[in-house]
Amino acid sequence: MDEALRELYQEVILDHYRHPRNFGKLDDEARSVLGNNPLCGDRIEVHVRVCDGRVEAVGFEGTGCAISTASASMMTEAVKGKPIEEALAIAKTFHDMVMEGAPGEELGTLAVFHGVREYPSRIKCATLGWHALRAALEQSQQVVTTEADG
Amino acid sequence: MNGSHQAERTSRRYDVEEVRAQFPALAGKVRGKPLIYLDNGATTQKPKAVIEAIERLYADGYGNVHRGLHELSERTTQAYERARVRIAAFLNARDAREVIFTRGATEAINLVARSFVAPRLEQGDEVLITEMEHHSNIVPWQLVCEEKQAKLVVAPVNDDGELDISAFEALLSDRTRFAAFTHVSNVLGTVNPVGQLVRLCHHRGVPVLVDGAQAAPRLRVDVQEFDADFYVLSGHKMYGPTGIGALYGKRDLLAEMPPYQGGGEMILEVKWSGTTFQEPPGRFEAGTPNIEGAIGLAAAVDFLEELGMDAIESHERAVAARGVELLAGMPRVRILGMPHERAGAISFSIEGVHPHDVAAILDGDGIAVRAGHHCAQPLMERFGVPATVRASVGIYNTEREMDALAQGLRKVLEVFP
Repeated sequence: MDEALRELYQEVILDHYRHPRNFGKLDDEARSVLGNNPLCGDRIEVHVRVCDGRVEAVGFEGTGCAISTASASMMTEAVKGKPIEEALAIAKTFHDMVMEGAPGEELGTLAVFHGVREYPSRIKCATLGWHALRAALEQSQQVVTTEADG
Repeated sequence: MNGSHQAERTSRRYDVEEVRAQFPALAGKVRGKPLIYLDNGATTQKPKAVIEAIERLYADGYGNVHRGLHELSERTTQAYERARVRIAAFLNARDAREVIFTRGATEAINLVARSFVAPRLEQGDEVLITEMEHHSNIVPWQLVCEEKQAKLVVAPVNDDGELDISAFEALLSDRTRFAAFTHVSNVLGTVNPVGQLVRLCHHRGVPVLVDGAQAAPRLRVDVQEFDADFYVLSGHKMYGPTGIGALYGKRDLLAEMPPYQGGGEMILEVKWSGTTFQEPPGRFEAGTPNIEGAIGLAAAVDFLEELGMDAIESHERAVAARGVELLAGMPRVRILGMPHERAGAISFSIEGVHPHDVAAILDGDGIAVRAGHHCAQPLMERFGVPATVRASVGIYNTEREMDALAQGLRKVLEVFP
């Protein structure tokens, strides 16, 4: 496998794909947003429970490729327990990294998604769960699609 | 017209290397590897003959069709109408006036839905399609049925990926006003018994549209033998240009259909008191047509007939059979549908690996396949998968490329143990 592909399918990504963290529903109180990638049919639903301005609990469900599943899984770990503003800031840094090529060093392990930029068709996989998270935190929409990426 | 059709039946040696040499794109590299193009169900590469036909038209002088009195316009009109005659011969239509140039197969289906079916539909009437249709042969019928409060009835597909013919027959009711089905499934590769299905429909007095987008590039099409009322094809899927397709329609049916779109070209006389329209095909070709598209498509048809449709069919069948054999022997690989008659496509999934990841890893080896729902979401649902990987064979593919595909898939299994 060539270098760029190896970077795309790093062990940490494969591990989160095989064993997604925080996979499943939360209680009825949680806010839920469905992220839909109409190009490939991938659907990831993100659930968050907010308490005192913090992401008290977060989970996700759905079917997706290794990139969209691992990205959502690692996202839940990154934002769990964080104040809403901080979670949104992480989402923005992640977005800037995969969309604009910003370094994203402050993202820690999430920086493994930097390589997705080499594969424009996969950027939407990486951002699917994050779109849903942002909509859930901002309480803006019930369903989001990756087609808003432009 | 029959001459070329006779000629294509004569068998000849099929030299795939000679065919490949006609396609400049196949000499190119992808991600540093030689291109193995297995996405022919989505679109095809173009032979020199097509590229040169379009280049010649532009370089030799281009005029608008059906209006100018000058030399360039006359020359272009002749070339455009010659293209119509070529497509008619390719489909074995009785008359070139039964061929209408459209933007693609999708527009051809919409044209029939609007101009032929909509005026015939009343509340409670039915349109019959099948579970294996491409979205382009579903959505136009949904729209027209919704508008007329008619019912869209769907004939099921069995586990082998074949149409359940007795169910199809049973679903033809006295409210069925129209039927539409694909000749070849873009997902499963299934070849439908077109002649038999048309007979079943006609027995009930139901006119039929056959979607030939996947069939026209790989099987001999004879609209008279099928007795299809309408048959549609897509240029870019048969080694021709994008943005061009054709609708074949029986002359007496076309004659009674109202225009699909209004504009120039399709009129006889425009007055404030009312406008009169051309006879078909002109009536259905509003505006300046895709002239270079039609001429490029005719060049593609010439190219295919030169190879011989029967020879193409048996070549592709052998390559696809090799692919099926290799894939069926691989662990965790599940082929969707095992139709008795397969043309072109092999869809499959790999346990524990999403189709996107399969396609991305294959792409790294220069192998182009499609991953997704293939514009056939209801069929995906039927088989209980959100998406599949599809390898679709064209005239230039080889059995060696199937071996490379299998090799690439072994790599996928290594990355996702």
